[in-house]
Amino acid sequence: MKVELERLADRAAAEGLLDVAYATVDSPFGPLLVASTPRGLVRVSLPAYDPEETLEDLAARISPRVLEAPARLDAVRRQLDDYFEGRLHEFDLRLDWRLSKDFRLRALRAIDRIPYGQTRSYTQIARSAGSVRAVRAAGTACGANPIPIVVPCHRVLRRDGALGGYGGGLPMKQALLELEGVGDA
Amino acid sequence: MTALPPFQTLLDDHAADVMAVLRGAVGRADAEDCFQETFLAALRGYPKLSDDGNLRGWLLTIAQRKAIDHHRANGRRPLPVAEIEEPGGASAEPELDQGIWALVGALPPKQRAAVALRYACDLPHAEIAAALGCSPAAARRSLHEGMKRLRRELA
Repeated sequence: MKVELERLADRAAAEGLLDVAYATVDSPFGPLLVASTPRGLVRVSLPAYDPEETLEDLAARISPRVLEAPARLDAVRRQLDDYFEGRLHEFDLRLDWRLSKDFRLRALRAIDRIPYGQTRSYTQIARSAGSVRAVRAAGTACGANPIPIVVPCHRVLRRDGALGGYGGGLPMKQALLELEGVGDA
Repeated sequence: MTALPPFQTLLDDHAADVMAVLRGAVGRADAEDCFQETFLAALRGYPKLSDDGNLRGWLLTIAQRKAIDHHRANGRRPLPVAEIEEPGGASAEPELDQGIWALVGALPPKQRAAVALRYACDLPHAEIAAALGCSPAAARRSLHEGMKRLRRELA
């Protein structure tokens, strides 16, 4: 049946019927669910979250044409593997930002520009997104980041250097920062 | 109306059944093509479907349509269909079996669907009714009318 299903995913993609392709990728923190649309990577779901719920959410918000199609996420898987091995510092992937809007989208785009191994404060992100007072909203934007790791919200800290929050849990945030060589995180 | 589940759950839950039904209806060699056609058609229509809780019946309805299309396209070939149970033991007679899907295909749509769902997909009346969007009594009637007509034409 595996061959038939792979062929189905290929044909569906060729006919424009594969709106959301997803796969599971191993990571040092547990399995990640990654999903892409024809526009690009749309979702990375951390091990702390229920993959079924993530898929239902994608079905409701993007399209119910959701298929498991690992071949369509090969580049994502490869780059994530390299990142976790410390071999890759900058992801080279097309992103589909459609799950974020307005202030959150601006905040996440600002976060996307933070270089590897560097950090910014929630205040700096709020300012970059156009509203210096919206520190709390910047935190919410991080928490609602649909593409964590690739859009590196783990590089956003509190102004005093404290970790702040992380959807995947603070130990994961700390480990990602250590991987990137950020001291005393 | 509940939200449509990710299409993958339909594959996880029903792909094996659809394949089994198609193997019965068109034979092992052609089942793979019909399987692809069935699920591509399902994907095409899926976002507009209102989930009536019987996605399996919906998929099997599409599968039987694809099986009938297949038989139409291959009208002259002997058919590996053993599923149709004629009261007189008709399936033992190859000549009769050969044309039976063509006859089923010529029935009015409701009767055709009811007959195929009953005998190719092996659905109970309640599921046929759900798949056709009618009452179980109406499904039973369509099935009865369809079978009556087939018997008449085969007599």
